[in-house]
Amino acid sequence: MKEYDVIIVGGGITGAGTARDCAMRGLKTLLIERHDLTAGATGRNHGLLHSGARYAVTDQESAEECIRENMTLRKIARHCVEETDGLFITLPEDDLAFQETFIASCLKAGIRAEAIDPAEAIRLEPSVNKSLIGAVRVPDGAVDPFRLTVANVFDAQLHGADLLTYHEVTSIVKENGRVVGVEVMDAHTKTRKTFRSRIVINAGGIWGHHIAELAGATVNMFPAKGALLIFGHRVNNMVINRCRKPADADILVPGDTICLIGTTSSRLPYDQIDDMKVTPEEVDLLLREGAKLAPELADTRILRAYAGVRPLVAADNDPSGRSISRGIVCLDHETRDGIPGFITITGGKLMTYRLMAEWATDLACKKLGVDKKCQTAEICLPGSEEDARTDRKTAKTYGLGAKAAEGRHGTRSADILVADKKDESLVCECEGVSVAEVNYAIETLQSKNILNLRRRTRLGMGTCQGELCACRAAGLLAKANGCARRSVEDLAAFMNERWKGMFPVAWGETLAEAQFTSWIYEGVCGLDSFVKKEEE
Amino acid sequence: MEKNKIDTSFEQCMKCTVCTVYCPVVAVNPNYPGPKQAGPDGERYRLKNPLFYDEALDLCLNCKRCEVACPSNVKIGDIIQSARLKYGNNKPKLRDYILANTDIMGSLATTMAPVVNFTLGLKPVKAVMDGVLAVDHHRTFPKYAGQKFETWFKRHALKKQEAYERKVSYFHGCYANYNHPKLAKDFVKIMNAIGYGVNLLEKEKCCGVALISNGFKDQATRQAELNLGSIRKAVARGEKVLTTSSTCTFTMRDEYEHILGLHNEDVRDSINLATKFIYELVDAGQVKLVFKDDYTRRIAYHTPCHMEKLGWAIYSTSMLKMIPGVDFVMLDSQCCGIAGTYGFKKEHYNDSQKIGQNLFRQIHDYAVDMVATDCETCKWQIEMSAGVTVENPISIIADALDVEATIKANRK
Repeated sequence: MKEYDVIIVGGGITGAGTARDCAMRGLKTLLIERHDLTAGATGRNHGLLHSGARYAVTDQESAEECIRENMTLRKIARHCVEETDGLFITLPEDDLAFQETFIASCLKAGIRAEAIDPAEAIRLEPSVNKSLIGAVRVPDGAVDPFRLTVANVFDAQLHGADLLTYHEVTSIVKENGRVVGVEVMDAHTKTRKTFRSRIVINAGGIWGHHIAELAGATVNMFPAKGALLIFGHRVNNMVINRCRKPADADILVPGDTICLIGTTSSRLPYDQIDDMKVTPEEVDLLLREGAKLAPELADTRILRAYAGVRPLVAADNDPSGRSISRGIVCLDHETRDGIPGFITITGGKLMTYRLMAEWATDLACKKLGVDKKCQTAEICLPGSEEDARTDRKTAKTYGLGAKAAEGRHGTRSADILVADKKDESLVCECEGVSVAEVNYAIETLQSKNILNLRRRTRLGMGTCQGELCACRAAGLLAKANGCARRSVEDLAAFMNERWKGMFPVAWGETLAEAQFTSWIYEGVCGLDSFVKKEEE
Repeated sequence: MEKNKIDTSFEQCMKCTVCTVYCPVVAVNPNYPGPKQAGPDGERYRLKNPLFYDEALDLCLNCKRCEVACPSNVKIGDIIQSARLKYGNNKPKLRDYILANTDIMGSLATTMAPVVNFTLGLKPVKAVMDGVLAVDHHRTFPKYAGQKFETWFKRHALKKQEAYERKVSYFHGCYANYNHPKLAKDFVKIMNAIGYGVNLLEKEKCCGVALISNGFKDQATRQAELNLGSIRKAVARGEKVLTTSSTCTFTMRDEYEHILGLHNEDVRDSINLATKFIYELVDAGQVKLVFKDDYTRRIAYHTPCHMEKLGWAIYSTSMLKMIPGVDFVMLDSQCCGIAGTYGFKKEHYNDSQKIGQNLFRQIHDYAVDMVATDCETCKWQIEMSAGVTVENPISIIADALDVEATIKANRK
């Protein structure tokens, strides 16, 4: 059996970034995820490319980290980032005096922050609340966490790393007190396997609490739930924040074809982190506060609601959790708990994933006696490399599918092969995902089910939430996997997952769409009866 | 609607795709992505980045049949037209200028009508127009009249109108003015017979439909504002403004607001199609029509796309059915393919003829004496492609009308 240098547990952005860094430094690397990549907090946040401005007043260190990583991501992850810039607006009920403190703190952290005239803010971002009395322009942007994670994992694989999704770590294998590997359960075959390595890195986010327990260590995590709403189209083209101390629902981020308002913040018992529901109160709050940033939101269709869990960590000297850090926490359990071979990387933010990965990899390298420098800040992710192609088609000659795919896969979209007209035809019409792109995601990005496809292409993320594309995708997967039965189950599971996010906002057009969808799948196609029959 | 404010009706789209099923272009040209993708789906992407604009949107013929089909009230056709005006990179060509400026061309042509008509019919001229201007050589320009309707009206009809107590205003449009004054004269004849005097608008320009579809938004807006100004004055005098063209009516009622962003809600209800106005008077028992005994024709009615959008075909067909000697046949409602200036363009000619094929066949199968329709460009298309005479219902009514008996019947 292959012996790894490092096993990383957790397929979120932290694990993905760490796998890339380890692989690039020549370590034999295995990344293990119990569900799909980005299934946790990575896939459930704002997708905000923080400038750090939000933290500047309260946490200079986080702010400085943010702006540095912000500038790095613009370079190495071009195809995952939209350089929109952001506004911090002051509304009549806010204290305009805060603006001065805010700008001073931003500048101190190295964040470009410039006060602009409210009229200029309205010209730049016509959707903004016209009653604003002040505005500051900062280098915020949007980042697609799915794309970013997939690109990191893809690059890790290009550097020789292995990936196992749908494998859950059931125990940490120790020999003489030293961590030497993990035992996993294959979710599909329900079989157990053991993988050995010299180091295990716990990058499980909030679930890292449990993984640390498996290794016999205690990491005090405090789950904080954050709910968000996704709107049907881009109301704003710049990020809009409130210029005040961070509060609920005060960030509106444009992301691809949609925009997002969030978040709420509430403590959540640890046993509920796998089953989060967005409450009507949260939806009300998000809508009410969101409409203050951009009044148009009040009449805009809401596609879905969802919630993520922030992996907040209590400082080691404060087990009560009163002093909670949003900064990066890298724990060497050898020195901390006397468990050699075990590292936890947690805390931090999507924005600082690369830095977190660097810290964790530095520590792993030190333990392994490897002396190689981190290069993840200099070398571009696959898709964001300099485009050396000379045969680029002009915008005139290709349609929605190809343009959208180029946005999603950057330069790697050249690998999406279009042989004939059929390959060009759209699977997901809302998001412009073609047959060729789905096949690329199946073959190159290892998509095994519709959910995988969604996270790698945006299939099913658009207005109709899978109504038209899900069955087409199921068909293509059935062909690729050579199994129709599994595709039917997959289809039913995917449609139920879509409904889960629509349910909290199921009124008006969203409800009509859901009913129409259920009429198609249950009434016309008989999906429910088919699945029931399968169960019997 | 606020100028430049985006139309967010695309949010109501349920993705049912019925619009694409009803799109006449999709049926004949696979390069057109169809109204759903060109409209609501594409709009989300264009909001993200204007580079997502697809030049294939030029294939839309603005028939609005997608909007009629849509069960969710999405302004699909408007979204597409607005996107073309906002993001289209194709600068209008000289050809488009000539086709779009029906007013200027009409004024120039009527003064030398015999020469112009003769010249435009010449094979070498058609070849040059095809090669240089990309106006398809199969097309013949509608003949220009020697005398504009306006000139005739001022010389021969204006004075007589003073005798009538009740008045309507008439928006004659370009076709009735420059090409086919008989239609306008027929309208005056009917209105006078039922006891209504006719006024022309103080000033009238082309409604602008061809300017909008050819990308001349600013000029269309200027002409629309001038027309609305004249219409307001007529409405202030207590007059309805009647037209004999379904497209002019539709443009002034709907496109002025939806595409040009002008306010017309104060006069919109006063802009009416003549057949609808007259039908409602007859229906209410306020006027009577008496028809000749010896008028017998088998007539089929073709529903122009913009008539379908207005939902008013019922008025024109009901009028035709009032004529005792008319053997009436209703054609399936489908686009004839010409869509104003669309079918004149070389690049669209083949699509245009393919779209109309089923209609032409049906007309042939029904073996009718003539086809009635409320749109002048449908008339040209059907006459050219189905080889049958096409008339506006107003002209048919005028021909079938026993004028003396009608005047008598309506005398108080």
